[in-house]
Amino acid sequence: MKQHRKIILGAFVLCLLLLATTAWYLGRQPVPVLQPAGPIAEKERNLIIFTVLLSVVVVVPVFSLLGYFAWKYRESNTRAAYSPDLDGNTLAETVWWLVPTAIIVVISVVTWRSSYALDPFKPLSSSKPTLHVQVVALDWKWLFIYPAQGIASVNESAIPVNTPVDYELTSDTVMTSFWAPQLAGQMYAMPGMSTQQNLMASRTGSFAGWAANISGAGFAGMTFTVKSMSDSDFNNWVASARHTNRKLTTTQYAQLANPNTPNQIAYYSWVQPQLYNTTVLKYMTPSTTKNMESNT
Amino acid sequence: MMNLVGQCAFALLGKLGWNQIPRNPIEAGGAATIVCGVLFIVALVTYLHRWKWLWKEWMTTQDPKRIGVMYIVVALVMLLRGSGDAILMRLQQSISVGNNNGILSSSHFQQIASAHGTIMIFFVAMGLMFGIINLVLPLQIGARDVAFPFLNATSFWLFFMGMALVNVSLVLGDFSAAGWLSYPPLSELRYSPTVGVDYWIWALQIAGVGSLLSGVNFLVTILRMRAPGMTLMKMPMFAWSVLGSMSLVAFAFPILTVTLALLALDRTVGAHFFTAGGGGNAMMYVNLIWAWGHPEVYILVLPAFGIYSEIVSTYARKRLFGYTSMVWAIWAIVLLSFTVWLHHFFTMGAGANVNAFFGIMTAVIAVPTGVKIFNWIFTMHRGRISFRSPMLWFLGFVTTFTIGGVAGVMMSVPAIDFQVHNSLFLVAHFHMMIVGGVVFGYFAALTYWFPKIFGFRLHEKLGSIAFWFWLVGFLVAFIPLYILGFMGATRRLDHYDASLGWQPLFIVAGVGVVLIGIGVGFQILQLVVSIWQRNERRDLSGDPWNGRTLEWSVPSPAPFYNFTKQPVVTARDQFWEDKQSGKNRVKEYEDIVLPKNSGLSVVIASFAFLVGFGMVWHMYWLSLVSLLGIIVTLVVRSMNEEPEYTITAREVEKLEHQREHQLKEYEGLV
Repeated sequence: MKQHRKIILGAFVLCLLLLATTAWYLGRQPVPVLQPAGPIAEKERNLIIFTVLLSVVVVVPVFSLLGYFAWKYRESNTRAAYSPDLDGNTLAETVWWLVPTAIIVVISVVTWRSSYALDPFKPLSSSKPTLHVQVVALDWKWLFIYPAQGIASVNESAIPVNTPVDYELTSDTVMTSFWAPQLAGQMYAMPGMSTQQNLMASRTGSFAGWAANISGAGFAGMTFTVKSMSDSDFNNWVASARHTNRKLTTTQYAQLANPNTPNQIAYYSWVQPQLYNTTVLKYMTPSTTKNMESNT
Repeated sequence: MMNLVGQCAFALLGKLGWNQIPRNPIEAGGAATIVCGVLFIVALVTYLHRWKWLWKEWMTTQDPKRIGVMYIVVALVMLLRGSGDAILMRLQQSISVGNNNGILSSSHFQQIASAHGTIMIFFVAMGLMFGIINLVLPLQIGARDVAFPFLNATSFWLFFMGMALVNVSLVLGDFSAAGWLSYPPLSELRYSPTVGVDYWIWALQIAGVGSLLSGVNFLVTILRMRAPGMTLMKMPMFAWSVLGSMSLVAFAFPILTVTLALLALDRTVGAHFFTAGGGGNAMMYVNLIWAWGHPEVYILVLPAFGIYSEIVSTYARKRLFGYTSMVWAIWAIVLLSFTVWLHHFFTMGAGANVNAFFGIMTAVIAVPTGVKIFNWIFTMHRGRISFRSPMLWFLGFVTTFTIGGVAGVMMSVPAIDFQVHNSLFLVAHFHMMIVGGVVFGYFAALTYWFPKIFGFRLHEKLGSIAFWFWLVGFLVAFIPLYILGFMGATRRLDHYDASLGWQPLFIVAGVGVVLIGIGVGFQILQLVVSIWQRNERRDLSGDPWNGRTLEWSVPSPAPFYNFTKQPVVTARDQFWEDKQSGKNRVKEYEDIVLPKNSGLSVVIASFAFLVGFGMVWHMYWLSLVSLLGIIVTLVVRSMNEEPEYTITAREVEKLEHQREHQLKEYEGLV
C-alpha cells in the first residue's frame, strides 16, 4: 500500500514537472494558433478553449471512475463487493445516454452558430473599405495580386491593420491549403475553383503562413508572410512595389508558375488584367485544357 | 531496326526497364531489405524441406483459424515495415531543420509518408482485424466454419497479393508520393507521372476486393451459421461488433472500388473524372474517398470495441454491463458513420450550412461511443479484476481514446477545424484513435486468444513490460504533436525553418517512437520466449482465463473441426452459465462435413497480382491474359462437384482420444 502511494505520488510529481517544462518552453516559442492577431483567429482560439473546458466534464469522470474502479475492484481486494450477475441499471444507463447528449447539444449549438459567424466567405463589417487580394497557389509559391492597386507580390502579402481583407483563393497547379494561423484558419486553394478567406489583423506585425496540404516536391518550402502595417506603411509598400520594373505579363507569369523557378519573395509593378479570372477559367474551358496538356 | 526492337520491348514490358531499379543508397537499402527478406524465407523453407508442408497445411487451407494466423503473420510483418517508415519520418523531421536537409529527398519522404499510411491501414489494421475475426468468430458463435470457405481463402490471398504489390514498388519503380489517400489532381498523371500512384491504386484495388468479399462472407456467417438457440440478442458482443463492422464493409468498400477504378481510368486511358481541367472534378474524388474512408475507421474500431467488451467482462469476472445499450450503440455508430464524411474537408469551402450539418453529425457519434466507455467502466464496478496484459491494453485504450476523442469532438466544430486541419494536431488525434483504439485492442486480442489457437499462453510479464513501453512511448510520441499542431506544423513536412521552435518537440516525439520500438522488441521477445517455454505454458484446460463464451468450451488448441457436436445455446454467456450450473458437457460425436483444401485461391490471387502488375507497367497483354486466367480458374473451380469431405463420428472420437492422451502427456511434463 505504502509503495503504491509512493509510485502514485512520483508519477504525479513527474507529470507536474513535465507540464511546467512544456509551459516554460511554450512561453518562449511562437504558438500561432493560440496567439491570434485578428478577430477571426481570436474567436477560433476562444472556441478551442471553450471545447477543452467543456470536455473536462467528460474526461474527469471517465478517468476518475476508471482509476477508482480499477483500484477498488482489483482481484486482491477481497473486501470489495462482488456481483458477478450485475449486468445493467436503467437509471445509470439513462444518465450516460443523456449527459453526453446534453454536452453534444451544447456543442451543436456552438457548431451551428460559429459555422455562420466564422464562415470564411462572410465579409467582415468595418468602417474601412475591404482590401481585395487574389491569391494563386503555384508550384511551390504563393502569388498575391492586388487588383485595385495593380501590383502583385510573391510569398509576401502586406495588409493595412484593422482593415478587412478578402483573400480570394485559387490554384494554378494541384490543390493546396492557405493557412496563416494568427489571422484565420485555413481554406483550400483549388484549380478551377475560387474560394475565399476573409480576415483582419488587429495589430501590426509579420505573421507566418503555410501551404497546409501536400502538393508535391516543393511543398515544405511553400511558405509566405502576411505583413500587417499602418495605412501609410501599406501605401509605401504598394508604392515601392510599383517602382520595381518587373511586370507580371503572361510570359512572366508562365515563368513564375514553372516549378523550376526558385521560390523567393518578389514584387511586380504591373499585372496582366484579369490574370486571376483567366487562371480560374482556364481549367473550366475544354479547348484551353487541351492546349495545356499538349504543353506538358 | 532499333525502333522495331524498342516497340517490341514496349509492347512486352511497357514502361518497365533497368532504369526503374532504385540507385539512391537509402532507397536501394529498402529494396535490398525486401529482396533479402524474401530470399531468406525461400532459403529457409528449402533448407528445412518445408515447401510441401507450407503448401498442404497453410497455403491451400480453408480452415479459418489457419487463415487467421496467416493474416496476422502478414500484418505483423507489415507492422514492422510501417514502423520502419515511421522511424525514417521522425528521423528526417528531427534533423531536417534550417540549412540541414536531412537524409531523405522530399519526394522520397513523401513516398514513405504515403506508404506508412497505406500499409498501416490496409495491411496492418485490416489484416489484424480479419485475422482475429477468422480466429474467433466461428468458434464464438458455435460454428465449424465460415459460410464460404473457398471465398475466405481467396480473400486472404487477395489481401496478400495487394501487400506484395506495395512491396514490389520498393524494388521496381517507386510508390505514390501523393499521401495515403492520393488526392487528385496531385495523383493525376500530369503531376505524378511515375508508376507510384498506379502501384497504390492496384494494391488497394486487389486488397479491397478481398476485404469486400470477406465482409459479405462474415455477414452471412453471422446471420446464417449461429449455433441453435443463439438468437441475435444472445450473441457475444464481439459477434455483434463484427456484424456492425461487416455491414459497413459491404456498403463502404464498393465505393472504394469504384473511386479507385475511376482514378485508374484517368491515369491509364486519359479520362477526366478527377483531373484539373477537361471537365474533371477533384472535389468529387475527395468526397467519394471519404464516403468510404470514414466508415473505414469504424470498420476497424468496432471489432476492437467488441474485443474490449469480451476482455473486460472476462477479467472482471462479471457480466457485461448494459448489453442492450452496447448493441444499440454499435448500430447508432454504424448508421452515423455514413453521415460524417465531409468533416475531413470542412476547408473545401462548402459553406456554413453544409459544414454545420456535418459538424453536428460528427459530434453526435461521440454519444454512443461515450455510452460504450461508461458501460465498460461499469462492467469493472463490483467485479474481481485481474490485471493481465489484455486488461492493461484496455486501460491504455480508455486513456488514449478519451484524449483522442475529445480532440475529435473539438475538430467536429468546423471553425476549430479550420485551425487544426492538416496539422499535426489532426495527426495526433487519429493516431490516438487508430493506435490507441484499434491496435491496442488487437494486441489485447492476440494475447487473449493466443492459447486457444496455439495451445499455450504468452509470457505475461514480458507482455506487461511491452505494454508499458508502448503506452508511455505512444504518449511521448503523440502528445507533442498536439502542441506542434498549435504551433503551426502541418503534416508531411520534410523540412522546416529553425526559427519556428519545432525541433525539440519533434525530437521528443522521436524519443517516443524509440520507446514504442523497445515495446515492439519486448513483444518479439515475448513471442520467442513463449514458444521456447511452450511446454510449461500449455493450456491444458482449454479455458485459461475463466472465459464466458463458447470458444473456451473447446480444448486448446481448438481442433480443426471446432466442435465435436454443435453446441446448443440458451443464455448469453453460455459457457459461463454452464460452469456456474456445474453442467458437464457429455462428449458426443457426429459426422462432420468440412471443405477440402484447394490451391485455386492462391492461383486466382496470383493472377490478380499479375493483372495489377501489368496495369502498373502498361503491360496490357499480361493483364488481359491474367484476367482470362482468373475466369478460367473460376470455371474450373465451379466444375468441382466435391469440394467437401466427411469425417465420421468414429474418426472424430479417435482424434479426441489422441488429444486427451497428448494432454495427459503434457500434464506429466508440467
